[in-house]
Amino acid sequence: MFSPLTQADRKAMLEAIGVARVSDLFAAVPEAYRYPPLRLPPPLTEMEVAEELQALSEDNETARDLVSFLGAGAYNHYIPAAVDAILSRGEYYTAYTPYQPEISQGTLQALFEYQSMVCALTGMEVANASHYDGATAVAEAAIMAYHVFRGKRPKVVLSPSLHPHYRETTRTYTQGSPIVFAGDDLPPAAPPEALLDEVDDQTALVMVQYPDFFGRVYDFTALAEEVHARGALFGVAVNPLALGLLKPPGEMGADIVTGEGQPLGIPLSFGGPYVGLFATRKKYVRKMAGRLVGQTVDNRGQRAYVLTLSAREQHIRRERATSNICSNQGLMTLAVAVYLSLLGKEGLRQVAELNYQKAHYAARKLAALPGYELAFPETPFFNEFALRCPGPADEIAAHLLEHDVIPGYPLGEAYGEAFRDVLLVAVTEMNPREEIDLLAEMLGEVH
Amino acid sequence: MEFPADLKYTKNDEWIRADGTVGVTDYAQDQLSDVVFVEIVVSEGDEVAQGDIIATIESVKAAADVYAPAGGKVVAVNEALADTPEAVNEDPYGKAWLIKLEIADPAELDGLMDAEAYEAYCKEREE
Repeated sequence: MFSPLTQADRKAMLEAIGVARVSDLFAAVPEAYRYPPLRLPPPLTEMEVAEELQALSEDNETARDLVSFLGAGAYNHYIPAAVDAILSRGEYYTAYTPYQPEISQGTLQALFEYQSMVCALTGMEVANASHYDGATAVAEAAIMAYHVFRGKRPKVVLSPSLHPHYRETTRTYTQGSPIVFAGDDLPPAAPPEALLDEVDDQTALVMVQYPDFFGRVYDFTALAEEVHARGALFGVAVNPLALGLLKPPGEMGADIVTGEGQPLGIPLSFGGPYVGLFATRKKYVRKMAGRLVGQTVDNRGQRAYVLTLSAREQHIRRERATSNICSNQGLMTLAVAVYLSLLGKEGLRQVAELNYQKAHYAARKLAALPGYELAFPETPFFNEFALRCPGPADEIAAHLLEHDVIPGYPLGEAYGEAFRDVLLVAVTEMNPREEIDLLAEMLGEVH
Repeated sequence: MEFPADLKYTKNDEWIRADGTVGVTDYAQDQLSDVVFVEIVVSEGDEVAQGDIIATIESVKAAADVYAPAGGKVVAVNEALADTPEAVNEDPYGKAWLIKLEIADPAELDGLMDAEAYEAYCKEREE
């Protein structure tokens, strides 16, 4: 409960400080700058504000207004109404980081269940209560691996088919640190084993994506083994929805699994807020960043939940904490927990299968069009695939957008001239057969 | 509170024996409260200088660095502490030794406090 200061409180504080007025505390600021004129527009009524915001929002076109096959890290999936209904409860919606376990058992239990589900999904031993998004989770993996080897192995090998944003964020995040990167200038068409050329006794971590940015699915078991043989850690960034169907990275030998949780009950929202999954092996838990919820008993022997292993965090370890993020993605984490609980193991598999079937139907149809072919026909995929087009993909996409269809993500910008005519097409349970057929028809008309 | 007479002490609450054994003091473990994790960050064969970080001790409420009281070569590391961190609270001068050094320059020990001076230093901080 917020209790504002009374005049008496203020007076007592001013006396203790030794000034007459609050404005005296700003004496160090030159007079001319103390109270600059703000020049704000006049206040509007609630009706006027609502109208103005409505007009702004109508500038946006959403996945509901357009036929969309856009993926590339954020996917249009169905969010059951129950997710929002539960999230909107005041106790969850307004809760901040649960540092006071006595009054936060609801939030803490939900986060604990989320952590448990992430472990089950990824096949790992311990998961934290999330990071901002898939990109920062990869950055945290790099930093964690660096600390596992105590700085003796400063190199992190990134796959070129790790999402371009993840790689850029990881570089931004670690700038100024001794961490150096290698590997992502390899041609993306090269198989994952090609990364091994960069893996030596200076390497702390090799990071790949599953499915990768081009939608491709690989079994990384052999690669993980070889990376381990060279003394480095193996990390995998996942689309957690794919894990409803595919072998989890924990079973392939991953030491760190990160992920973008957006596909699990979080709206597209023009890029965020999203949520970053992070899981690892128990032996590395003390090097892991982020909040960690643990299960314990209270002084009456009742099961209770608390934030634990707090000595990892910056308010205790200060400059030697492995991470300095203290903001909360709790609401997004809760959304993922609710979504997974609602669907359960079987439901998640059903959604994943739907995605898989529809994407494969689309791939068959589109690859059959004259002038079109799959860019990587030999490699299995989940719900996204790279389509080579008869012309520049960005031009084709611009043309289709005029007809309210987003056919996918043109890869020329991120991967250069060799991929200028390649389109990344994602198909989810939100694309009915009619939309896929429409896409085929429209692409077929392009020459 | 114990202050064994045969040891030398640092301002950061480490102790060192003439044979090069290093640990943290009774005062240190008391301040830390329940120790849950000990991470020794040097290995056998490493050369350390006086003041280099040799370990981190984590308790329920703090994470504290442990510094080398003198320079030298690390000849032994107490692996057992990884499984029994509570030894730091129970037996800080015995079972909870952290590392053994081959001291490079015994004169460095002269700059450290003896038991009496260290005890006085602890009392001073309590006030």
